[in-house]
Amino acid sequence: MSEFSVVGKRLPKVNVWGHLTGTARYADDIQLPRMLYGRLLRSPHAHARIKRIDASRALAHDGVVAVCTGADMPERMGIMPSTQDEYALAVDKVRYIGDPVAAVAAVDEDTAYDALSLIDVEYEPLEPILTIEEALTREDVRIHEDSGRPANVFKDVHLEFGDVEGGFQTAHKVYDNWYFFEGTTHAPMETHSAVASYDGDGKLTLWTSTQVPHYLHRELEKVLGIPRSRIRVIATPNGGGFGGKSDPFSHEFAACLLSMRTKRPVKFTLDREEVFYAHRGRHPVLMHLRTGVSADGDITAVHFQSYLDGGAYASYGIATTYYTGALMTVTYKLPAYKFDGVRVYTNKPACGPKRGHGTTQPRFAFECQLDQIAEDLGLDPIAYRERILQPANSRTVNGLRITSMGLGQCLEEVKRSTRFPEKHGQLPRGKGIGVAGSAYISGAGLPIYWNEMPHSGASVKVDRGGGVTVYCGTSEIGQGSDNVLAVVAAEQLGVLTEDVHVVSGDTSLAPVDLGSYSSRVTFMAGNAVRQAAGRLRTLVVEAAAAKLGVPADRIALAQRRVYDLADPAKGMTFAEAAVLAESKNGTLVSVGSYKPPKDISGDYKGSGVGPTAAYSYQAAVAEVSVDLETGIVTVERITEAHDCGRALNPPAVEGQIEGAAYMGYGEAIAEEQVFRGGLHKKPSLLEYKLPTSMDTPEMKAIIVETIDPEGPFGAKEAGEGPLNPVIPAIANAVYDAIGVRFDETPITPAKVLDALQKNRSRVGPEGLSSQRDPKAAMRRLHATTDAREKKKVMS
Amino acid sequence: MAKTLLTLRVNGERQTVAAEPHHTLLEVLREDLGLTGTKHGCELGECGACTVLVDGVPVLSCLTLPSEIGDAEVTTVEGLAKGPELHPLQTAFAEEAAAQCGYCTPGMLLSAKSLLDRTTAPTREEMAEAIAGNLCRCTGYTAIYEAIDKAAERMRETERMGGTQPAAVRS
Repeated sequence: MSEFSVVGKRLPKVNVWGHLTGTARYADDIQLPRMLYGRLLRSPHAHARIKRIDASRALAHDGVVAVCTGADMPERMGIMPSTQDEYALAVDKVRYIGDPVAAVAAVDEDTAYDALSLIDVEYEPLEPILTIEEALTREDVRIHEDSGRPANVFKDVHLEFGDVEGGFQTAHKVYDNWYFFEGTTHAPMETHSAVASYDGDGKLTLWTSTQVPHYLHRELEKVLGIPRSRIRVIATPNGGGFGGKSDPFSHEFAACLLSMRTKRPVKFTLDREEVFYAHRGRHPVLMHLRTGVSADGDITAVHFQSYLDGGAYASYGIATTYYTGALMTVTYKLPAYKFDGVRVYTNKPACGPKRGHGTTQPRFAFECQLDQIAEDLGLDPIAYRERILQPANSRTVNGLRITSMGLGQCLEEVKRSTRFPEKHGQLPRGKGIGVAGSAYISGAGLPIYWNEMPHSGASVKVDRGGGVTVYCGTSEIGQGSDNVLAVVAAEQLGVLTEDVHVVSGDTSLAPVDLGSYSSRVTFMAGNAVRQAAGRLRTLVVEAAAAKLGVPADRIALAQRRVYDLADPAKGMTFAEAAVLAESKNGTLVSVGSYKPPKDISGDYKGSGVGPTAAYSYQAAVAEVSVDLETGIVTVERITEAHDCGRALNPPAVEGQIEGAAYMGYGEAIAEEQVFRGGLHKKPSLLEYKLPTSMDTPEMKAIIVETIDPEGPFGAKEAGEGPLNPVIPAIANAVYDAIGVRFDETPITPAKVLDALQKNRSRVGPEGLSSQRDPKAAMRRLHATTDAREKKKVMS
Repeated sequence: MAKTLLTLRVNGERQTVAAEPHHTLLEVLREDLGLTGTKHGCELGECGACTVLVDGVPVLSCLTLPSEIGDAEVTTVEGLAKGPELHPLQTAFAEEAAAQCGYCTPGMLLSAKSLLDRTTAPTREEMAEAIAGNLCRCTGYTAIYEAIDKAAERMRETERMGGTQPAAVRS
């Protein structure tokens, strides 16, 4: 029998019933009396100076109540305090097609929409910077004039650990490859939405589909100029986030300002096309990976260079840049490691964090190269990885602390489940199987604002009927965070999850949690709730022990009962015990908090990105068939094992593995956030190819439990890591099928067919070309604008 | 534009509302009838979040004008449960964790209901086809198939037992 009564049980999520009956209240479902509807005016230019904005015609339009522009909110903002380069609405300049310029509030959505065309904006178009190469070299065109770095470089970082030079010198062979990972977007099913209400008492409430209510709270204070004590942010249930709702967004500020101006509630809901512009998705990254290997396959040194196409603004870019380098060391033994990362500005929607944040792209490169190394060594790719594993309870060369480490078990599980060694290299042409491993963090080791306060706080209250309420600032984005908190509290107090009410994402009601990003909630908020509920547990146990006349260590709590372990019939209900405890101690409310330990990283500039209290590990095997006539890659099956420490709720963990595998599959095969002259090529769900049920492969999720020493009941993350190995596993399977190395994503039929026809052994970038024609971007832009105009005239 | 009176049959009830004549069924359901369980992800007919049943057939409410459907019966997610009794699909979706963020779920449930109304033991292929127009970004669809399977099995069992629902699983 399990030692737990709730943890590890296949129970429905506490908040699922609202989703299934249509009563869950998302931001756009909120309707308030006298509510106005807002719309954003967006830039039609990729790069332009704003010479003049005149909103008077819009304001005079029937039904328009208020208009605002960048001049009304001139304070800089952005998610990372050290790189704030955004405005709520564009001031002076627009930097991508879709950059918000002005906002309208009107009596209904149709009127607001109509009024946008009545805002007169005079632009002076500037040459757009659209590629990494242009951004690196064009000193004469600067997207952010005051960035303080050469050309359009946003950030460059350089780190070196161990004897890299010596490592390459002693290597038997040095592998030297370039890779390119195409940008992709989150495309959550719910478009961003926010409702602001400025009330008569001078207090502002914002209901919004955000992953980061606390950080948004800070930015609202800064931009709106009213104290945080008068602002309340409520994160509504997010209809999917995946990282795309982790920045403060224009419509959130505009809703607040327009509500303050009109003294009426204001709602903004983005349409689908706008979500592609809001973006903050996966960075396109060009990568150069050199790996030295000894004769028997040990890695002697790695030098990794990444070039990130960041789009128009910083977003989380400083962290993303470091993340492309940081987690390369936590999976396999690396005695020496050098990392150079550069993120550039381009005139495209800003990139940011998408599931796997910055680690997905280098993992693709590394695992593809390892496949090549294993092949050269004549080793099975799983056997090779098993030989070079970074051990549990160790330090990496870049100073990261590893505790529980289940990559070996994950590889073993996928090997057994797929009978990999019997298939790899032995399937008929057109059929292939590939493997990859990976890792992820259970929450960033450092907060965005460096301070000594907890990363997560929770309070727990027990009422007189035996009900439990958990208050925590986490944001429920569909990953099941409310349920995790309920499971932890229920297990601690011996009640059922349905007895637990979770109040999350509310900056006024709940203690601060930093938000649903970096897969931090289970580990950090779980530990905070565990501590808070544990303190109440002690009071309940003591009260019950006194009543029953048995020592406290003989008292157990489970299934709403508090009883004597030696004589389980002797006991009382949880509600009775709670009444005893409250009679003895006063109101039953407790607090708990969590902060990651200090000794988990090295001590160098840049060491703040990468450390975590516990790494999750995963391995995936993809089985594919490639149609040699059409070039279509069909992924038939993905088998993935994931080390989540302990599964607090197994169906939820399996759901995260399957969902992440699905999302990775889409990125490997089809998805691309691409532009023509700065104009998004596919800003709709029809053109941006998300896998449907007809495309999605069969998936098998395997849970590996390593019982982490510091996780709540041993748990680690499950939300992001499982995406990472899927993409290189598919690329490696395609190689096994047709002998073509795909060193770039996505692996589209056109590329496959082209490679087959030209007898290529590799598809991928050749390196960084600096010979590009510097004026090409402008010519391309003109050409496409002309073509568009012609098309318009013709139709 | 002036509002006009409109009568619809929704979830077994006749409802008369004053609505803008150019507003879609989606807008009328959500804004005029307060049935916000029906979601929208694109309003272009590309995502399936707004799926409702019209006389049992899945329809994209974002591409449908109320005037097109006349006296037909509209079923939204709010009409899926019969009183306090959840539809077997709702229970199975909960047990199999087939709803993560829940945003595609109302449409998904209705497409699945339409499938189970047509066939009592659908294959995976039939399920995939039935929900092909309902995008889900969370689950990878696997749990949804498992939930439909489970619901179908329970419904067959109920049928075999002569129409009595098995005891609700929600304790």
